[in-house]
Amino acid sequence: MSKLLSPAKTEVLFMGNEAIARGALEAGVSVVSGYPGTPSSEVIERLSEVARERNLYVEWSTNEKVALEVAAAASFSGLRSMCVMKQNGVNVASDFLLHLSSSGTRGGIVLVECEDPGALSSVNEGESRYFARMLEIPLLEPANFQEAKDLTKWAFELSEKIRNIVMVRSVTRMSHASGNVICGKLPVKFRTARFISDGSVMDPLRGPVVSTPVVIKHGLQQKKLQTAAELFEKSPFNSYFGPKKPELLIITSSACFLYSREAVEMLDLQKRVGILKLSCTWPLPEKLLKKYLRLSKKIMAVEEVLPFLEENIKVAAMGMLKDIGIKTFYGKMDKTLPSAGELNPEIVMKALSKIMKVKPKSLPASYLKEVQKMAPKIAPRAQTFCPGCPHRASFWNINTALKLDGREGIVCGDIGCYAMASLWPEIGFHTVRTLHSMGSGTGLASGFAKLSAFGLDKPVMAVCGDSTFYHAVIPALINAQHNQADITFIVLDNAGTAMTGFQPHPGISESAVGDPLPPVDIEAVCRAIGAKVAVSDPFDLEGTSKILTSFMAERGSMTVLIMKQACALSPEKKGKKQYLMKVNEELCLGDNCGCNRLCTRIFRCPALTWDRAKKKAVIDEVICAGCGVCYSICPQKAITRTEAAER
Amino acid sequence: MKMSLPKEPTNIIITGVGGQGNVMASRVLAGMLVNAGFVVTIGETFGMSQRGGSVMSHLRVSSTSVLSPQIPQGRADIVIALEPVEALRVLTKYGNPNVAVLTNSRMVYPMGVITGEFTYPTLDEVKSMFEKISAKNWIIDATSVAMELGNPVLSNIVMIGALAGTSLLPIDRRAFEKEISRSIPVGKHHINLKAFDTGAKML
Repeated sequence: MSKLLSPAKTEVLFMGNEAIARGALEAGVSVVSGYPGTPSSEVIERLSEVARERNLYVEWSTNEKVALEVAAAASFSGLRSMCVMKQNGVNVASDFLLHLSSSGTRGGIVLVECEDPGALSSVNEGESRYFARMLEIPLLEPANFQEAKDLTKWAFELSEKIRNIVMVRSVTRMSHASGNVICGKLPVKFRTARFISDGSVMDPLRGPVVSTPVVIKHGLQQKKLQTAAELFEKSPFNSYFGPKKPELLIITSSACFLYSREAVEMLDLQKRVGILKLSCTWPLPEKLLKKYLRLSKKIMAVEEVLPFLEENIKVAAMGMLKDIGIKTFYGKMDKTLPSAGELNPEIVMKALSKIMKVKPKSLPASYLKEVQKMAPKIAPRAQTFCPGCPHRASFWNINTALKLDGREGIVCGDIGCYAMASLWPEIGFHTVRTLHSMGSGTGLASGFAKLSAFGLDKPVMAVCGDSTFYHAVIPALINAQHNQADITFIVLDNAGTAMTGFQPHPGISESAVGDPLPPVDIEAVCRAIGAKVAVSDPFDLEGTSKILTSFMAERGSMTVLIMKQACALSPEKKGKKQYLMKVNEELCLGDNCGCNRLCTRIFRCPALTWDRAKKKAVIDEVICAGCGVCYSICPQKAITRTEAAER
Repeated sequence: MKMSLPKEPTNIIITGVGGQGNVMASRVLAGMLVNAGFVVTIGETFGMSQRGGSVMSHLRVSSTSVLSPQIPQGRADIVIALEPVEALRVLTKYGNPNVAVLTNSRMVYPMGVITGEFTYPTLDEVKSMFEKISAKNWIIDATSVAMELGNPVLSNIVMIGALAGTSLLPIDRRAFEKEISRSIPVGKHHINLKAFDTGAKML
């Protein structure tokens, strides 16, 4: 049995994302949709594993906007539904979200967005809490694992009560952290879907679901928000920890609550500092806030990443000055805490020690001195493409084609593991020059290609992954084709949404729950818009470079190369070697070769290492994935490959 | 009867290189401790951040409360490393004079070492650094043992067995057996138990 279906009252270890998933199950969710993105993906993954037992429809949609539309249809039909995405997914969904929040909803619908402060697995640390304020919908932020479950469950009830969507926000340190959770009851009855739309446009439950008449519906939406604020005033999810008269009041939410509590304990300030933990963060429960703001003259907001809570508290405090008096505020706006990057207990402790004028305990000076002496001896370990990763071969091919072409072509990057080629240029052989949002590499390439009239006459390429292709590349590709942008567009097709854990996408013949689905073929889509298309295996260095070189030489129209090779960590490949690799020590000339150690300085596979004693290349058989590509790069043919026996 | 923790809370860091089974080791260990009645908070990151880079799981074991998923610097009690230089990296940030460290001796060279920009310490150097900044240390060759058992990825379980062998934590074979009966497919129980037992005997 899946841990997610543990019986009521049992205490289990749940990842934050699992707790959110369990909360949705306890609320009786019927439809779950989303697009994969770290740190959010496990919510849907875990739910897909119990879809049959719990009568769920679970879908990995093409992108976040479509996902939200799929979830909304369920809500309009009286079901409870949930849509899950990472922080920047909300940007993608936001146009529909604006209209949805105005039309209102029926069955409880919850938008779960998991943010990544510090960009631990993102190329942004975007804040989506501001969407809740801007689009006037309630925002909930769990501050521990139990709450991640309980608050998610309550979010559905709140949504149904006010007939509007509710946003639940998590962060990496909550979503990907784990803790004890006591399970609640799973409902035994399932709802049936009924979409009624024969009533008046003003009837929220029987009329057509539209955002018009706009001004009236907007006013109604604001009343709903007011109702949420009143419920927040009495919510058990907001709580105070600390003395009756604290010298400093910390107001905090989410994982920052845990950091704050730890920082207070590390400085032994439990009797001097109070913590108001808010889990209902928009709209702010102002009466509750007033009660606690009165307690202290000094207020510090602790949150990630931007001063959202701080701004809102300050605005609220201005309105209640008469009752609460003048305050000194600490937080991000006065630079007590940083407004970029994630927080942790030390950062909060340092801020606290300054305000409270107490010194943190330190390790013995002699110990710190030893540590300092050792630091330079510890080699850094940067991220890199895994052994056997098709992207290493793909960028090798692209680099070769660019070098042969000689015109210093521009390559635009996109979102996936292959983004590492832009983050650390040496990983992608210094080829990729831009990196922005999903699909933007192709749009940028389309733009670059139109600059030849202004003197920028270089070959332009764009790379994107297979999942990214469906998500946001297609409109850009049509743009390039229609406007005759002379680009070479490359799909790095590794057979799944690899970076986030192999979730299926429209090109895969399987649904989120493993049912067969008809795949939408990338090659057919590209041909249908009129592009010239070729397919290659990036591990075939010679063949792939040949196609690329010829494509770059073509002028006047877009060319598409689909490089197909499954990710080395994919379930079908993981742990299986196609080849057994070896370095023939007699053939390897080491430093005397004249290749400048192409294998171990340029190619950069973690499994192809350097024997310092023998001064020759050597394969680390424990981590070698047996892809065989290095066989093709050695000018001495010193790297040998033999077909591995079936395992 | 609830067994007791060496310290309240006990802070454990499991570290290694992406792909070594770090996350699974932390889940198994945490599961054993939750079964024993403790409140465990695990902090970890995965996704692109694990591709070939250093990975870390922070385990905080308490009798009473949920803690920050990030252990504050200088406050680790036990460090378990699947790779020696990762043990040093964690120790220099989270170590203190009382920390205990258990590491696998199998080296995975960072890219910068392979290219020759950086050097990698010898095992003797690692040992002598451990002596200076930890209270107790153990270095075992878990990967070779795992390879003898048929799969290098079992080194994480060999390490968990060795951890049980140190008696630093209230965990034993029975707790391991109970935990994997829930979390690992039946077909793999025997080999995992063997890895655990071999690890436990290595100290």
